[in-house]
Amino acid sequence: MARMKFLCDADRCIECNACVTACKNEHEVPWGINRRRVVTLNDGKPGERSISMACMHCTDAPCAAVCPVNAFYTTADGVVLHSKDICIGCGYCFYACPFGAPQYPQLGNFGSRGKMDKCTFCAGGPEADGSKEEYEKYGANRLAEGKLPLCAEMCSTKSLLAGDGEIIAQIYKERVMKRGYGSGAWGWKTAYHETIES
Amino acid sequence: MASLARILRLAVCAWAFLIILAAAAPASAQNSVNPTASSVKEQQLLQQLDRIQGRVSIPDQRSSVLEQPAGRDWREFRNVTLHWIGGIAILGMLVLLVAFYLIFGSVKLESGRSGRTIVRFNAFERFVHWMTATCFIILAISGLNITFGRPLLLPLIGLETFSEWSQWAKYAHNYLSFPFTIGVVLIFLMWIAGNIPNKVDIDWMRRGGGLVGHDHPPAYRFNAGQKTIYWIVVIGGGLVAATGYQLMFPFYLSGVEGMQLTQMVHSVVAVLFVAAMLAHIYIGTIGMEGAFEAMGTGTVDVNWAEEHHSLWLKEQNARAGVNDGRPQPATTAAE
Repeated sequence: MARMKFLCDADRCIECNACVTACKNEHEVPWGINRRRVVTLNDGKPGERSISMACMHCTDAPCAAVCPVNAFYTTADGVVLHSKDICIGCGYCFYACPFGAPQYPQLGNFGSRGKMDKCTFCAGGPEADGSKEEYEKYGANRLAEGKLPLCAEMCSTKSLLAGDGEIIAQIYKERVMKRGYGSGAWGWKTAYHETIES
Repeated sequence: MASLARILRLAVCAWAFLIILAAAAPASAQNSVNPTASSVKEQQLLQQLDRIQGRVSIPDQRSSVLEQPAGRDWREFRNVTLHWIGGIAILGMLVLLVAFYLIFGSVKLESGRSGRTIVRFNAFERFVHWMTATCFIILAISGLNITFGRPLLLPLIGLETFSEWSQWAKYAHNYLSFPFTIGVVLIFLMWIAGNIPNKVDIDWMRRGGGLVGHDHPPAYRFNAGQKTIYWIVVIGGGLVAATGYQLMFPFYLSGVEGMQLTQMVHSVVAVLFVAAMLAHIYIGTIGMEGAFEAMGTGTVDVNWAEEHHSLWLKEQNARAGVNDGRPQPATTAAE
């Protein structure tokens, strides 16, 4: 089985935010929630880089470790998913997540959190693949249809790569070799405890 | 002929252009700059600030934190450190109390009951106490469930049932925090007068409060042990309330790093609070004969008051003596 990963080639990202938009549209993500975002570092200064970031589907995921109700599970593809039926909206996964992936719809009064929402690697949730319930809770299940995450699929500069970790690492390595530089696989060390040597 | 000349001229130009390009190519390759030489580097940024933050163009500015590996430390705290602190504090206190009870037994009313009683806590005081106490017990159970429920309770009742229970526990935890906080504020205000530490407390402490043996160190309305409980409730309650509301209203006051710290303070204070309250519950029930009535019916036996709060009883008697036989006009306070 492939181990699914995301990789954002920061030297290619042009901060067009199309991945953000595509994600919101594909999954009909509610207002106020962004499963993916583009963060620009050193904005307007030399050495500026933009990185598209969502849930990295970590190895030994911190969210799953701290969840008080054990709502998370990892699929055979290494995708970290959660059940909104089990989630109680306590906010702990957000504290533990290194990438700020978990989001909570604000429900009713005070800051009370609803069920957590995050990137599913376009792989839905525990409901039957492609079912209406799955779509309403987690959005489209493209992986079940044999497709990769839409954010990466439609990335105009092919900066954002999604898929089998070994294959996207190979693609990135070849790019770095060919162009002679690369600012590294952002977040990989934190998420997967490894990085891409280039 | 003219067109042939034009084609020739074009071919020559093209050749010349290609030759120039070929000559320039190695030169440009040598002068090529590495765009990442000056670019931001992940490891460097993480070393500098422990987290990486930038700018986002979406409205949610909190999402501008790209990476915060500090979550790892918080995970360690939540899953390991807190389990130890909570386990040692709460189980340790239970062991201590059971051992104390088995060895020394409860503190008896040595002079027996006189049959005469004296009011210790009025209805309002008892209402505030029990409102706060009820909230506290529910808050404690639902809070401990978040920390210890997954390893202890979840395997017993299964994922769905545990989630359902935890969801209700979370609602209870959030909403009962309001009456609890009001209770802590009222406790602070209505009992502050009797809880200022004074010289009598030093003697009381030195004599171990008379918990062991037949000693009965004098005390005013609240002895040093009760004052300790009072200040634990006021300070501990204040801290859990303040940190709790910060967790309940995410991002109003701080970012994620502040909320991690807040959760740590909240949980550590809370488990120590629970341990302290176990001791309070013990001494107020099976630990001391005649103590529960104070918060139950609101009156205590005069002999109990004489043994445990001799100075307070003297005060009360003096006041009662003054009032004896002299009807108090209702307007006294206004004069």
